[in-house]
Amino acid sequence: MTDLIPAFDAHAVFVAPWTEHLASFGWIAAMGFCVAVACGLVGNYLMLRRMALMGDAVSHSVLPGLVIAFLLSGTRDTWPMFAGALAAGGVTTLIIEVIHTHTRVKQDAAIGIAFSTLFAVGVILTVTFAGQIDLDADCVLFGEILFLPMEPMVSMGGWTLGPAPFLRMAGVCFGVGLLVIIWYKELLVSAFDPGLAKSLGINPRVMHYGLMAVLSLVVVSAFEAVGAILVIAMLILPGATASLLTTRLSRVHLLSIVHAALSVWMGVSLGIWLDCSMAAAMVVAGAALFCVAWVASPTDGLLVRWWHGLTNSR
Amino acid sequence: MSRHCRFSHLLLALGLFVLGAGGVRAAGIGDLVEIRWAEQIGRFFTFQDASVRYALLGSIFLGLSCGLLGSFIVVRRMALVGDALSHAVLPGVALGFLWNLSKDPLAIFIGATVAGLLGTFFVSAITRTTRLKEDAALGLVLASFFAAGLCLVSMIQRLPTGNKSGIDKFLFGQAAALGADDVRLMGIVTGVIAVLIVAFYKELQATSFDPAFAKASGLPAGWVHHGLMLLLAAAVVIALQAVGVVLVSAMLITPAAAAYLLTDRLHRLVFLAALFGVLAGVSGAFLSFVGPSLPTGPLMVLGASAVFGMAFLFGPRHGVLARWWRRRSGAARTRRENTLKSMFHVWEAGGFRTEGVTLTELAERRRETLEDVQRLGTGLIRHGLATQSGDVFYFTPAGKLRAAEIVRNHRLWELYLTNSANIAPDHVHEDAEKIEHVLGESVVRALERRLDYARVDPHGRSIPTPREIHRDAGLTDESSGEGRR
Repeated sequence: MTDLIPAFDAHAVFVAPWTEHLASFGWIAAMGFCVAVACGLVGNYLMLRRMALMGDAVSHSVLPGLVIAFLLSGTRDTWPMFAGALAAGGVTTLIIEVIHTHTRVKQDAAIGIAFSTLFAVGVILTVTFAGQIDLDADCVLFGEILFLPMEPMVSMGGWTLGPAPFLRMAGVCFGVGLLVIIWYKELLVSAFDPGLAKSLGINPRVMHYGLMAVLSLVVVSAFEAVGAILVIAMLILPGATASLLTTRLSRVHLLSIVHAALSVWMGVSLGIWLDCSMAAAMVVAGAALFCVAWVASPTDGLLVRWWHGLTNSR
Repeated sequence: MSRHCRFSHLLLALGLFVLGAGGVRAAGIGDLVEIRWAEQIGRFFTFQDASVRYALLGSIFLGLSCGLLGSFIVVRRMALVGDALSHAVLPGVALGFLWNLSKDPLAIFIGATVAGLLGTFFVSAITRTTRLKEDAALGLVLASFFAAGLCLVSMIQRLPTGNKSGIDKFLFGQAAALGADDVRLMGIVTGVIAVLIVAFYKELQATSFDPAFAKASGLPAGWVHHGLMLLLAAAVVIALQAVGVVLVSAMLITPAAAAYLLTDRLHRLVFLAALFGVLAGVSGAFLSFVGPSLPTGPLMVLGASAVFGMAFLFGPRHGVLARWWRRRSGAARTRRENTLKSMFHVWEAGGFRTEGVTLTELAERRRETLEDVQRLGTGLIRHGLATQSGDVFYFTPAGKLRAAEIVRNHRLWELYLTNSANIAPDHVHEDAEKIEHVLGESVVRALERRLDYARVDPHGRSIPTPREIHRDAGLTDESSGEGRR
């Protein structure tokens, strides 16, 4: 057991990453934050539309899209990857819709069938072409956020901007933020009242496919950092925690950004202490924050409910 | 609508083709040459190696248990509960492994089952005590448990003994890594699952299809649910080593969903699902043995997906091809019957005096071009419903019978809607246009009885009666052609 859990060293865990190792952990934390914010913002809408498990499906099924894009283009540039992810997201949505509308198999089973098939294809392609692509089965699960500082830095006009995956993620995060701000009202209406949205001229199909497209982009840029399955946590945890604390969508967004920052900070510390997968540690930290909110939320946490139960029965 | 459908079918077929090609390609890669291939296949089918026997037995047990339970998961719409549960077992696997730092099947089994049950408990606790919906709760629990498991796994792999331990095999599965102990445990669990399902079949059936009835007749629906969850966790756990944590849920969902497309009876569904599960498991184990670097889990899942694809396309009742064919032939029949009806109307307008109906009269009646009407008439001739000489069409006896039947169905239905459903006479035509093609003889008899064998429809035209129909058709009693449907 002593082998398993290293001794706790407060300096190494809390101070060193932000002082002497800032050059590497700074990028890791920034990347984690961008992933968590972009995922969290998209995830809030997924949850409102009860499509949280579409996030599950898309995060699994971008894998074959990525691998095929790698194999066809021979690079891991941004645009082939985005194209692969969009195609994979589209195919997933389409397969689910075809199974669900043309047979009596229900939507939940259709989701399960679609993403497991695509993911299986992705894993087999990954293993088969392991020599040719820069992606292995471990990365698919764990993500490679720890290797981020070793990526070649991109610099422009003498300024060092950062590692390429981080720049991509930051761009996507900024884009998602912009979309949420510009179309805040439209997104809000179509999430809460599809009937009203339709009468206001917001096409629900466009909304659905647009959301799926944005989801695919976010998932694919987060994929390298946190792996296929942890993306789901990044999508759901911030919004779920926030919605335990408030009911207004704008505040849910703000709180999920706070959740993202806190869970990244705690996750980096946890990951350094336990010397385990950094991305998994971030998710565990996020889940811990969720549990805290669940128990101690001032509006409807378990403690408050228990207290109301006591005072009501008296 | 239909263009969109066809397009999406095309895409789907294309996708399946790509999948198939990917599978073939994948099996052919690696450092294997042709001869090694044949040798491997020979080794697999002669069962010389103990590892082959274990892998095969293991995948049979796995397919059986997953198929048996999966059918209840699918009909209860809990497919994604299976998904969540299968991811949630990972920390349990890691803790069971840590128990004495070896791959002790029993410790891992217990650890994983407990973790899985804890996961489902959390899902229900979150949905009960917060505003979060079930899908969010499922995804949240799934990913959080999985993250905790990944943390543990990455810590175990850091240990000096951990890296060789084979715990990474739990992620994507490797049937070749199964040992005698593993297979024995799988056999026992599968046996227990099968016995319990047979013993509590009635309870499971009632709670799956009619929870209200089950509750009213005093069945402990809650306990059935918890028991099913326990069995599900056990099935997921024994499947782990062969399929892997990530794809286990597919082995629960896909074979059962394929069976669901083929039958309406629960016992046949359970049987077929188990069969498909075994099929997928064995084919996955086989392919993974032939290409040794390939993980078993994805191959098994692709096997299951291929079965689903076949059922989706070629299923006799719910299959896409069968339904497309039915719709097509149904549309063609409706078109022929409408042409017959138009001929009857022309004939009726002429007071049944002339025997034939000219092409021009028919075209005027149908407000179509002569070419179109000629094409319709050719269709009738091909089916033995009419004959043509020059520009005049004549009913055959079978054609006359069917025409009269269609007209009778139409007018009876109009009368029924007007008299019994109090719908205005000018609103009943559209409805009758549709239903005239599908009314069966027994319904027509019932309608006639109910309407006191009325002879006149709401628009004042006479309703042909059976005797007239048969006399006009020149038949005595039996009908022929495509009359009875």
